Amino acid sequence: MPVKKEKHPMPEQDPKKRIKNFNEVPFGYSKETAIAEAKRCIQCKNRPCTKGCPVEIDIPDFIKELAEGNIDRAAEVLKSKTSLPAICGRVCPYENQCEGECTLNKIGDPVGIGRLERFLADYEREKGMKTPQKAKTTGKKVAVVGAGPAGLTCAGDLAKMGHAVVVFEALHAPGGVLMYGIPEFRLPKSIVHAEVNFIKKLGVEIKYDVVVGKTITVQELLEEYDAVFIGTGAGLPRWLNIPGESLDGVYSANEFLTRVNMMKAYDFPHHCTPCTVGGLAATFGAGNVAMDCARTSLRMGAKKSYIIYRRTEKEMPARIEEIHHAKEEGVIFKLLTNPVEFIGDEKGKLKSVKCIKMKLGEPDESGRRRPIPIPNSEFTIEIDTALVAIGQNPNPLVPRSFKELKTEKWGNLKVDEDGQTTVPGVFAGGDIATGAATVILAMGAGKQAARSIDKYLKSKK
Amino acid sequence: MYEIIEKKRLSDTVKLMKIKAPLVAKKALAGQFIILRIDEEGERIPLTIADYDRKQGTITVIFMEVGKTTKQLGTMKVGDKILNFAGPLGVASEIEKYGTCVMIGGGVGIAPLYPIVRELKKAGNYVICILGARNEKLLMLEKEIKEFSDEIHICTDDGSKGTKGFVSNVLQGLIDKGKKIDIVWAIGPVIMMKVVADVTKKYDIKTMVSLNPIMVDGTGMCGGCRVIVGGEIKFACVDGPEFDGHKVDFGNLMLRNRRFLKEEEHACKIAGVKI
Repeated sequence: MPVKKEKHPMPEQDPKKRIKNFNEVPFGYSKETAIAEAKRCIQCKNRPCTKGCPVEIDIPDFIKELAEGNIDRAAEVLKSKTSLPAICGRVCPYENQCEGECTLNKIGDPVGIGRLERFLADYEREKGMKTPQKAKTTGKKVAVVGAGPAGLTCAGDLAKMGHAVVVFEALHAPGGVLMYGIPEFRLPKSIVHAEVNFIKKLGVEIKYDVVVGKTITVQELLEEYDAVFIGTGAGLPRWLNIPGESLDGVYSANEFLTRVNMMKAYDFPHHCTPCTVGGLAATFGAGNVAMDCARTSLRMGAKKSYIIYRRTEKEMPARIEEIHHAKEEGVIFKLLTNPVEFIGDEKGKLKSVKCIKMKLGEPDESGRRRPIPIPNSEFTIEIDTALVAIGQNPNPLVPRSFKELKTEKWGNLKVDEDGQTTVPGVFAGGDIATGAATVILAMGAGKQAARSIDKYLKSKK
Repeated sequence: MYEIIEKKRLSDTVKLMKIKAPLVAKKALAGQFIILRIDEEGERIPLTIADYDRKQGTITVIFMEVGKTTKQLGTMKVGDKILNFAGPLGVASEIEKYGTCVMIGGGVGIAPLYPIVRELKKAGNYVICILGARNEKLLMLEKEIKEFSDEIHICTDDGSKGTKGFVSNVLQGLIDKGKKIDIVWAIGPVIMMKVVADVTKKYDIKTMVSLNPIMVDGTGMCGGCRVIVGGEIKFACVDGPEFDGHKVDFGNLMLRNRRFLKEEEHACKIAGVKI
């Protein structure tokens, strides 16, 4: 039987309805569809998909089990390498990773690996996750700083190796960017909680309200623990540095998303944190965070939601799927447009943004064509809410509190190939080491660091 | 969970609470703040540390009931528990021997001033305190601050205690008398800090102010607390809360602190509390 060229579609909420709620947009595969999609996999010998996976999932193996209808076994194979599959199955840019490498790309769509991962994770969770067997304890203790994707992955893997792990989290909830950054309609928070609970069942303890660098220092952690992993992320928002950026109505993407997602401002005043969005919202930037902002602003009541970006659609860093969802929901893309000034009314409330038209010039160091302003092309757009989503720098709290931890140009921690910082026994991974990247790369770094920490602990005996 | 182990009513709208938080108490220094969240539905609010007791493992906060969360906090009793309490946050006051320090506190701003006064006195400074309030009833911590002051001046808006007038008038009086002042701290309403900074700028006296913008996480992540200092964006949570008063854009701070007034009113109305 020839292989079906198209991926099985995944049903989604109608765009007109979904912009009025925070429920998840795609519904996921049914069991039948999942098995049918798994059967599209040709089980090729060289397994290119696995090379594209930062957390080393045995992709063809779980797909094989699923294709044969062994769903429980398939989930087991999947979870032997990742403790956070329901999250990966939703937010991974699989088109650039596993699916990007899939042999089927030569004849049509790749196998829907991301959708299959999501199906298995959801199936297992709804059925009731099995309590994993705990490894024999090694007697070693590791402190993990930050309960985001890097920290959670590192903690889970270390626990599986038998080490005692305590995670220190500054906020009141686990997940880091999974909780404060990624919106409910893309990653339901109940799923984050469920996967975090799984990691706790592996024996990991999470302590909240502990701001490492302030409440306790890395030096103090080193006195009590055999090793430390730092995964404090890229929490420091970047600004456009144009006049009017402190007007009432201008938010960093982080503030806006934290208010809405983690603090649940969409449920104000039942949840006490407010977040005001007027009728006319504009998001600056065109990455995944920008798409999240633009789509969230619609759900918070914006009648018009713009994406303002200085290059063209081709250069947008966001995933194609996110851009597609944003367009479906009516987000208006103002491309080759750069803001030059925010303008406020007499009370200091944002009322418009002055922009300038751009054209593309020669490629810059990133390989993308450099945008150049077109003289005398300024124009204004009426807006009352501005969301600045042009990236984040590494969080400075830990590096500032411990000078021996050397940093690099953007304030990211310097690490060697094992993920070890300039202080022996202190490892780091994720955005704090690489600068802002993706959830899955942070998980990959957490996984690698766990292996390095294990090696380090064994060598210390 | 963080237990309230002591509660005092300082005035109709101002309350003091001692909260058990041993890790925070171990590290707390004058000038720093904490972030608390009362319950699952709660917002995160910053409160400056009014005192700490490392042995008891407690942090003292003094707050004015101005919005939904502070009003709700005010109704909590000894033995009740607060869900989240993180800190100490922000950069501590720079305590060293300056010489003569003039310490100015206005209203509820007297609370965070107190530990700074104490530490500066211990560091061997000559400490002059100027405490101001709208009226005698709203004046707090006079006795505690007196213990660590070489001079203390009281003023009230209505003249019910001390001289009638503003703290800035008292400060101007000291300057006019030829008092040599090495540094000034001013903590209180934004307008008070602005006026004090305007006075000292004329005489080039270094002036520290403690800013209280709206915050969410308190760890440098959201930028909601950004203030303009010397023309640059700074985050009060990680770069502050204290800044050089001569460089702060107070107008912008006032504007940004009004961001959610309407929502605050609505939340209070729904919750049945008056503001």
